[in-house]
Amino acid sequence: MKINLKSVLLILLISLAFYPKASVFCQNLSSSELIGNAKEYDAKLVTYAGEVIGDIMVRGEFAWVNISDGDNALGVWINASLLKEINFTGNYKNRGDKVEVTGIFHRACPEHGGDLDIHAQSLRKLGIGRIVNQRLNLDKKNLSIVLFGALILIWILTLFKHK
Amino acid sequence: MILKPRLEDLKIIGFYLGKIILGLAFTMVVPILAGLCFKELNPALDFLISIEISVFLGLLLLKICHTDKDLNWMQGMIVVSLSWIVAMFLGAVPLYLSGHWKSFLDACFDAMSGFATTGLVLVQDLDHMSYTHNLWRHLIMFLGGQGIVVIALSFFVRGFSGAFKMYVGEARDERILPNVVHTSRFIWLVSFVYLVLGTIALGITGIFNGMKPLNSFFHGACIFMAAFDTGGFSPQSQSILYYHSMPYEIITVIIMVLGALNFKLHYHLWMGNRKEIFRNIETSTLFVTIIITFSIVAVGLAQMGSYPSAVTLFRKGFYQLISGHTGTGFQTIYPQQFLSDWNNLALVGVTMAMALGGAVCSTTGAIKMLRIGIIFKAFKEDLKRIIVPERALVIEKFHHIKEVFLEDKLVRSALIITLAYIILYGLGALVGMFYGYPFLNALFESTSAAANVGLSCGITSISMPAALKITYIIQMWAGRLEFMSVFTILGFLIAAVKGK
Repeated sequence: MKINLKSVLLILLISLAFYPKASVFCQNLSSSELIGNAKEYDAKLVTYAGEVIGDIMVRGEFAWVNISDGDNALGVWINASLLKEINFTGNYKNRGDKVEVTGIFHRACPEHGGDLDIHAQSLRKLGIGRIVNQRLNLDKKNLSIVLFGALILIWILTLFKHK
Repeated sequence: MILKPRLEDLKIIGFYLGKIILGLAFTMVVPILAGLCFKELNPALDFLISIEISVFLGLLLLKICHTDKDLNWMQGMIVVSLSWIVAMFLGAVPLYLSGHWKSFLDACFDAMSGFATTGLVLVQDLDHMSYTHNLWRHLIMFLGGQGIVVIALSFFVRGFSGAFKMYVGEARDERILPNVVHTSRFIWLVSFVYLVLGTIALGITGIFNGMKPLNSFFHGACIFMAAFDTGGFSPQSQSILYYHSMPYEIITVIIMVLGALNFKLHYHLWMGNRKEIFRNIETSTLFVTIIITFSIVAVGLAQMGSYPSAVTLFRKGFYQLISGHTGTGFQTIYPQQFLSDWNNLALVGVTMAMALGGAVCSTTGAIKMLRIGIIFKAFKEDLKRIIVPERALVIEKFHHIKEVFLEDKLVRSALIITLAYIILYGLGALVGMFYGYPFLNALFESTSAAANVGLSCGITSISMPAALKITYIIQMWAGRLEFMSVFTILGFLIAAVKGK
């Protein structure tokens, strides 16, 4: 069967026109773009990626996770069952898992007291986090020893001065 | 004739400065212990280096400038103003060593912001910061809120008459108890009792919010210190938005308001004199100004249609307003949202609230409620004088712990400080405008810095010009000390150059 290109384009345009407002899809937006153009993306389906940081705060069936893309962290309201894959959350000792969430963006969420948030519909793990290796910094160690020596020296000097 | 400062003056200043530096060094033991407990060795090492530098400097000053003489007023004021600058430099050392600040100037900015309980930040990657450094960030707010000199007076300085001169120099002109050292200790007692209660309340709320117990209580302690000392730092980059919790917001509002009350009022409330809270000029003025400024904010936000319902408008508007009015700086919106979701009217409402501040002898900055109340009473008195017959005697009184007659010298003093703050807000705004920021944004950020608030509409960032960073540092310093000791050090410098 021969496909008419014009007909396909026409069908595509008509279907886009009738597509629900909340379903406009935006690929991998940054936190700065979302916050800066919050009115534009309000109540729209967005995709946002970043590192899971801090605590996963489970509230009944759902949970709050904060996802940082390096510039800002955004709150994501998500079904707790989707978070089972998360092993690491970012803090001083860990780099958190990298995830991509797709969901409805709210400039001022009516359900959550006007917070700017994303109600996630799906979550995809992009990368696994890790424990950050904390080796003792030798430069700092040496500097502290030198300074300790200087302290002892000033203490001895003050003893002489007193005498 | 201006007299050139003598070597003896410098020695006395140096000696007491050395004592305060040693006091500051002692406080760095707390993060070292925390670092060892949390097994964060490199951060603990940062504080070991900082403590060594501080003790070295402190000892050096004590030995070089050793004296048995007491401070006079000028020396006391200079010791205070220099203490805050030295504290900024020494407090910035562990911050800079952590690698979370791009430059030493940025670390100094955050250190001054912490000590002056402002809350503006230039920190990078806060969400990966160690417990040790985070504790220090909040501890410096707790120390700065009570006053660096108050620490020294409470724990390191024993019975000398110069104590009161330094106490006054730190913008605390009210003695709660007859002895200034006892007053300092009472301030600490109040703060520690509330610290325990506040940490428990926030810690338990955090656990109910789904946080891990250790994190919950750590955050609880940090948020308490930042709220009670009306500082505004937070352990996470999203400020209070991180918690997504209304109970958390309510508790922090209560703590912020407690922090904005006069310690003298706390004392009377503790002693069972509960009526004082309703009669006091400061609390009644605070109540009125909150209603007025919130009305402005609410009208602005309603005009803008930023929030989907009245409840959300109240939650967002009232939280930022109380945070601004008490000089805290916690935010439940992103800084950019001040410009995108709030119109000029709402911004003016918050700026006014920031400019007014809380009570005198509290941890807040800005003009303060007692002065606003006095100016209002003076205005009322003058109006009465116009209305009543010429021979009638017009006497105005106000209640501040006791009944006080409104004297001209009180009005004059209130007006001078108010004028000085307005000039400070304006100068910062001018510098901001010089670097191309719009008037209202520049005024908002400048007021936030000078009134030691910490709300930001986005100007404060690592990319802002170094001169603007320095301007805000000076504003935070001058605003926290309420000018007297700042004017004294300026006078001292002029005398050093021009004096004979």
